[in-house]
Formats: sequence, structure tokens, C-alpha cells
Amino acid sequence: MAIVSLNDAIRELVHDGDTVALEGFTHLIPHAAAHEVIRQRRRDLTLVRMTPDVIYDQLIGMGAARKLVFSWGGNPGVGSLHRLRDAVEHGWPAPLELEEHSHAGMAAAYAAGASNLPFGVLRGYRGGDLPARTRVARVTCPFTGEELAAVPAHRPDVGVVHAQRADRHGNVQLWGILGVQKEVVLASKRSIATVEEIVDELEPVPGAIVLPAWVVTAVAPAPGGAHPSYAHGYYDRDNEFYRAWDTISRERDGFVAWMKRHVLETADVEEYRASLVATVAA
Amino acid sequence: MTHTADEMMAVEAARRLDDGAVCFVGIGLPSLAANLARRTHAPGCVLIYESGTIGAKPEELPLSIGDGELAETADAVVSVPEMFAYWLQGERIDVGFLGAAQIDRHGNLNSTVIGDYDRPAVRLPGGGGAPEIALGVRDVFVMLRQSRRAFVDELDFTTSLGDNVRVVVTDLGVLEPRDGELTLVATHPGTSADAAVEATGWPLRVAGDVAETRPPSDEELRALRSLRTKGDA
Repeated sequence: MAIVSLNDAIRELVHDGDTVALEGFTHLIPHAAAHEVIRQRRRDLTLVRMTPDVIYDQLIGMGAARKLVFSWGGNPGVGSLHRLRDAVEHGWPAPLELEEHSHAGMAAAYAAGASNLPFGVLRGYRGGDLPARTRVARVTCPFTGEELAAVPAHRPDVGVVHAQRADRHGNVQLWGILGVQKEVVLASKRSIATVEEIVDELEPVPGAIVLPAWVVTAVAPAPGGAHPSYAHGYYDRDNEFYRAWDTISRERDGFVAWMKRHVLETADVEEYRASLVATVAA
Repeated sequence: MTHTADEMMAVEAARRLDDGAVCFVGIGLPSLAANLARRTHAPGCVLIYESGTIGAKPEELPLSIGDGELAETADAVVSVPEMFAYWLQGERIDVGFLGAAQIDRHGNLNSTVIGDYDRPAVRLPGGGGAPEIALGVRDVFVMLRQSRRAFVDELDFTTSLGDNVRVVVTDLGVLEPRDGELTLVATHPGTSADAAVEATGWPLRVAGDVAETRPPSDEELRALRSLRTKGDA
């Protein structure tokens, strides 16, 4: 598909019932892509993400998810995710099945998926109540006899990331906090990278990684598409928005009205950004 | 200078970090304590945030563990799988800070649910890095405000184990494991052992030689207050 519109990428690659992982560990969170999933009214998704923060609060609250696979679900530095909690505690707008892991387990599961292995192995899930509540098994090291944890590999139908830029061939470059961006793209059957900009040539940047065009199914321009998270070198994290989300999301009515105004009634990331500016100015 | 209970907690936790300690830091009070240590007696303290930033030296306190300033000031930035596999599981980290909603007398922590797992009264964020941090670092420091709701006889859910918990710093005092059970070893100025016992949901053991914490010095308070959280006015 190479370089396409975000609207086309979501329409062709994300289907009802898919397992979808939108990643970005506090940085480069693909909010624009999630908004497009909400606009196109996808349903019954199994959503995978280490830190289902505001981006999954929105998807869950809008009824896109059937199941959540995760390791930490909060609004970082602020508090609870009210829509996630409402779904788990009260089944609104729909019951949400949970598969809960630790960060180390999720990371190992992505790395295993990227490596085309059936499971990831780690020294983890020892004791406590989590092992009985999730998909984990014990394996014995054939060389030392040590008992270790095995987690089934993540193999999402679709992996979605945001990145700083791509070239015209669709090679994707990202830098700063790297999260599990490379792993989720390589672990997924199909992948989408939204980018801040398309450039003629990818200048080297210290610490940057490049995802070659042939491992990314679709690249879609979405400038500002990580908001309210950030894109290192392009714009900062909107900490004020994360604080404001606590109020916006607290009650069902207020949440739905906000999503209607800023996501459903906007066509793309440009209109979304403009709608936020208009609200602040009003 | 007068100080708040949170400032006392941050100062007391900071004092326990050795210069040169490699320290896994979470957001909030732990980040405050670790950055205070770096600006006072432990300039060589290495701060690691689970977002993959190793040796971060933020000027302002980050709101999230992944703020851009952490990456900009870090000695190295690694991916999340590398962070947990090579660095944490690799046993390269001395101290890990943990918080929780509940703690028991053995230092086991709950950050998963209040109530039943399948029908929770309160769904908490979950373990995140805690289960492997708790067993993967040499020393676990817990920072938690003391109350009967938090210091419970029995956890609703055990998220992480207390095997490596060396100290629990609360707003009332300091608990350390003695003979396999958390024991009050110090109280902060203006509080008492009775107050700490009253704020604990199990019969709290009190050491025979309970000490009084040294109040924050002016230097410590000035350094602490110069650490503003990003985005605060």
C-alpha cells in the first residue's frame, strides 16, 4: 500500500473482531489512528497495549473493544482511567474481558512475536495472584533446570505506531523513547505507521531506528497525530490535556459529548486539532 | 523552615540512596526522592525510568515516566524489551521504588484491584513493572501514606512479593523488616508510635529502640522545592 491516507489505511487494514495493538510507550502514541478507528465504528476488537492510557480509554468508552490485553491501565501521573474502570466495574458501554500481564511479560511476548517464536521466556510471574489470572506457564531450562515463565507470543492482526517521519518509499524513522515500536510492527500480520511528515531523505539521527518500507503495510501522514502524547523533536507532551482528561472522562455524558465534538464530528487529525483550539478559545 | 508530610517522606527516602546507586524510579514521590538525592548527597545516583531512559537527569520533575526531557538528558535510551530483559532481569539495578494501594506486614503489595478480581469494587491500574522489579532489584524501597485502608491485614490481591523490601517510608515514620515482619523503627517529628499503630490494619510491631527521624534540613527543603513538576504553574 505504501503511502496512503489514514482513512484508507484503517478502512482496508482494521476489521471488526481483529486483534489490534496500538503502541507507543508514553511517546509517539498513535492517537490519530485510534480516532480514525472510532470514526469508522470498528467493533469487537481485542485491544493489546502495555499502557492503555487515554488512547484506549477513548476506544473502550466508545464501545470498540471486546477484550483488553495489557499491563498497566492508568492516566500517567494523574490517576484512574474512568472509561476503562466503568467498563470493568459496571460493564459500560459493554463488558470488557481482561488479559492482564506485567510489563516484562508484555515486552517478552512482543519480542517473541517479532522473532516468530511461539512464546517468550522470562524470569517473572513468580508468586502472587497474577499467574492464576492470566496466560502464563512454567518451563524448565533444559541446560540448568531453572524454572522460568513462558508467555504466549503476541501476534496481532494489526500493529499501529506513530513515528516522526518516513521517506517517499515508506521507510519509517523514529527516535527518542523507542518503547516496543519495532517489536509490535514485526510481530503483527499487518502494520500501519502514521508519521509527522514525509521527507525526501531520512537524515540520520542519534539513537534512531528505521523500519524498512517492506515490513510496514501502510504509511499514513498524520502531523500532530500523537497528541496529547508527543513526538520527540516536533512537539511536547500536552500535560495539561492529560490532567483535563480526568474531568472530561469522569462522567459518561461528558465523555460522549467530548468524543462527538472532537472525534466523530471531525474528519481528520487537522480538524481534531482545530476543534481543540476552538474549544480553548471559546 | 516548616515542612509537609510528603516532603518528610521524600527527604527520608532520598537519604537512604547511596551515591552511585542505580535506581529504578517511578513517577510521583519516588521520582521526587531520587531526584532530591541526586541534587544533595548522591550526585552519582543513576536514575532509570522504565520507559527506557538510563541515567536521566531531569531539571523539572516529569509528569509521566516517558517525558521527552528524560530521553534528552539520559546517558542511554533503550527499548522497553531491552530495559526489562537486559537491565532489570540482568540484575544491573540496585534499588527499585514501588508504591501501591495496599501493603501487608510482609511487604507484599497490591496495585491491581480492591475487592474481587472478577467483580472489583475499584479497578486499579495493575502491576506494570512491579512484579519483576520487586524480585529483580537488590533493595525495594516502598513509599506509601499510612492508613488502615492501605496497611491491611490481608491484601485483596497480591501483585508483587515483599521478599526484597528493605524499607517502607510513610508519612508517619519508617518501617523495616525484622524477623520477617515490617516493624516500626522510626517516627517522624510531630508523630508518634501510637499514631503509626493506629494507622495500621494489623497489630504493628514497634521496635524497642524506636528513633525519631531527623527533620528535613533547610538545604534539603530548598533542593526539594526547586524541583517543580513539569506543567505546574
